[in-house]
Amino acid sequence: MHAEFGNYLLVLALFMSIALSIFPLVGTFTNKMPLVYAAKPLSILLFTSMLGSFICLAYAFVIDDFTITYVAQHSNSLLPSRFKVAAVWGAHEGSFLLWTLIFTGWLLALALIGKNLPAKSYARVLSVMGMIGCGFVSFLLFTSNPFERTLPFFPIDGSDLNPLLQDFGLIIHPPILYMGYVGFAVSFAFAISALIEGEWNATWARWARPWTTAAWSFLTVGVALGSWWAYYELGWGGWWFWDPSENASLIPWLSGTALMHSLAVTDKRNSFKGWTLALSLSTFSLSLLGTFLIRSGVLTSVHAFTNDPERGRYILIFMAMVVGSALLLFSFRASKVKTNVNFSLISKDMFLLANNILLIFACFIVLFGTLYPLIADAFGRKMSVGAPYFNLLFPIPTVLIFMLLGVGPLLNWKQHDFSKLITALAKIAIISLIASLAAVWFLQSFYWWVFCGLALALWVGLTSFYHLTKITQHAQGLKNKLSKLTAATIGMVFAHVGVAVLFVGVLLTSYYSVEKDVRLASGESQSIGSYRFEMVKVEDLLIDNYQTSKATFNIYKDDSFLTTLHPEKRFYLAGKQIMTEADIDAGLFRDLYVALGESLDQSGNVWSVRLYVKPFIRWIWLGALMMGLGGIIALADKRYRKVQVKNSESESIANQSNSDELDVDLADGNTVKS
Amino acid sequence: MKPHRKKRLTVLLASITGVAVVVALVLYAGEQQMNLFITPTEVQAGKAPKDQIFRIGGLVKEGSVKRAEKMLLTEFIVTDMAADIPVSYDKIMPDLFREGQGVVAMGKMSPQGIFVASSVLAKHDEEYKAPEVLDALERAGHPVDKKQYNPKGDQ
Repeated sequence: MHAEFGNYLLVLALFMSIALSIFPLVGTFTNKMPLVYAAKPLSILLFTSMLGSFICLAYAFVIDDFTITYVAQHSNSLLPSRFKVAAVWGAHEGSFLLWTLIFTGWLLALALIGKNLPAKSYARVLSVMGMIGCGFVSFLLFTSNPFERTLPFFPIDGSDLNPLLQDFGLIIHPPILYMGYVGFAVSFAFAISALIEGEWNATWARWARPWTTAAWSFLTVGVALGSWWAYYELGWGGWWFWDPSENASLIPWLSGTALMHSLAVTDKRNSFKGWTLALSLSTFSLSLLGTFLIRSGVLTSVHAFTNDPERGRYILIFMAMVVGSALLLFSFRASKVKTNVNFSLISKDMFLLANNILLIFACFIVLFGTLYPLIADAFGRKMSVGAPYFNLLFPIPTVLIFMLLGVGPLLNWKQHDFSKLITALAKIAIISLIASLAAVWFLQSFYWWVFCGLALALWVGLTSFYHLTKITQHAQGLKNKLSKLTAATIGMVFAHVGVAVLFVGVLLTSYYSVEKDVRLASGESQSIGSYRFEMVKVEDLLIDNYQTSKATFNIYKDDSFLTTLHPEKRFYLAGKQIMTEADIDAGLFRDLYVALGESLDQSGNVWSVRLYVKPFIRWIWLGALMMGLGGIIALADKRYRKVQVKNSESESIANQSNSDELDVDLADGNTVKS
Repeated sequence: MKPHRKKRLTVLLASITGVAVVVALVLYAGEQQMNLFITPTEVQAGKAPKDQIFRIGGLVKEGSVKRAEKMLLTEFIVTDMAADIPVSYDKIMPDLFREGQGVVAMGKMSPQGIFVASSVLAKHDEEYKAPEVLDALERAGHPVDKKQYNPKGDQ
């Protein structure tokens, strides 16, 4: 029953999305207001039917309805119930259902929050979202329907969820990641609707900005969660593998980061308009490209969804339609976009432009490396692009961005008298270099990269701090000082410090990690630095839905007992799969990581064992979380809620001087108004 | 030339140069860092690059896996049914490594003619084989029923 109902709701959702993509849009052209006003109820209905459909599938998982093929393939009656719900998105069909549900969730939010947009723009944006939704829902219905039955010969029990996925990470990583991926659809819809309208100005950017920042924050946290999950679950102990599935999320992230910064320029200065439009279009297109790469199975990766050419073909056609029509619209309209390049070399505009160029450069590097095997394959050569390629090229734009990042936020728009800043910046640079040298001294082994990198991270952190003091320098008392800071500024500084924290983590983990693959028998031990890992015993146990060999490791630091770790090698009964379950002693300054390889003799007492000491690895995810949190803080800024319907142009300038992050500079009389 | 035209030309030229430099850099680095895929037959024919990392793929020959006594070292033979290449690996084998199964190894040829692997991938089960492994078997003249390994697809 529930399967049919879920399926019915999907069909309903398809009709809703078709209606949403046609009627309000037609209404805006023909001035039929009832059609225009239909946008909101249609959006709400579309969301409701997707939610209902999702609940139906979740219900089928909870009650172990193995007459549904998808449930039978990805669940098992022995599966703990929290994983039964998460198993809904444990494979292609269900995860795409979640994807579409989240997409309609953004649509709902837009329909509810976006009320203060002009009626027609509002209807147009929702309509464009409807078109995208139409593509997603029909993809679900026609190629990936999760409600197909196995009748009449349904299995007695399901073939179990992939053991890799039976983990907390599955519960949290996909929903948050998808929030980010499809969230960029909103800025895409804003851009398309602006192009249809033929009118784009600072107001348009102000509307799109909080949505982009929100999507970006989710994507940042989602990618970080994926990295963290891979670290502890895959048993390799790495935090980033340049795997196609990771790249597929990094590419839109880089483009989205560029978009976020470029939107700031369009919002505040009413320039970079064509560029911002292009970025809005490309960011979501790159999200779709990532979806295609992963879900079509053209690239082998840890996310091995089954190869199904039909699905790949569908997404490719959908992507071609979306990107093609967007580009066509853009090329027709872009000539109308007037760009006023009106800023000097030392200005916030210029630094943000450089930021954008460098981010796009980084994006291109990752995109090229990810797609190259496909291109080579088309010419009959089998190639792979591994970490060395990325590790060689990716740092180039990154380092340049970090250098600029320290200066950019301090500058005024349009032009800045650099002589006032240069002494402060020089001081900060010298302090960074000395502190970095001291840190490297303390770490004992010297690497140029670590020295320069730490100096850069300090540079970013200290200049951010300097920025805060500069804004609040004229206020007396902590309370007044805080009142000088807008949420946008606090969020930005927080995110930028997060970048520095992440960078410290990446550097120290990459250069000072020690990895050892060793052969150990019970009672033997192995030392790494000041840590000694002693394998006490390995015992075989039978738990819930798996058998396990569970080892006990005692870890000593300088001969005093530190902790006990229990890495496991599991054998899942239903799917007959082997799983490595690493055990980690996590800490702010170092992780100790133990994973079992394989049993090397009959008695089961000799094992190959992987031991790691990983300094500062937590900083990577901590930094990413700070970045995401910074985005969320920035969303709270008052000025996004001040957007008025009419008179957008004058309003934008009035607002600008009101709550700009440049209050101080205005007081100094430095800012030149356009 | 009018000043704004001149400015525009400068911007245009600068961006073209920039893009050209970036593309050249990426292509150069790409050629240096990309790993060619080579089948065991091609290795035997001496087509393997010297002093460069590449990948080989094929099946782990039945009965060829040997483990060292005192240390962590595994030796096995990768075959495409036409040529056999000995491989050594001193790290932990992936969970799915098994005799008779497909495997993709990355590494270099030693002067003794042993492929010293720096990583070994065996990411597949009975139903799925890596595209590289299928390709190696095919190129060695063993037509593979791809449907067998790829039950849903017809690629």
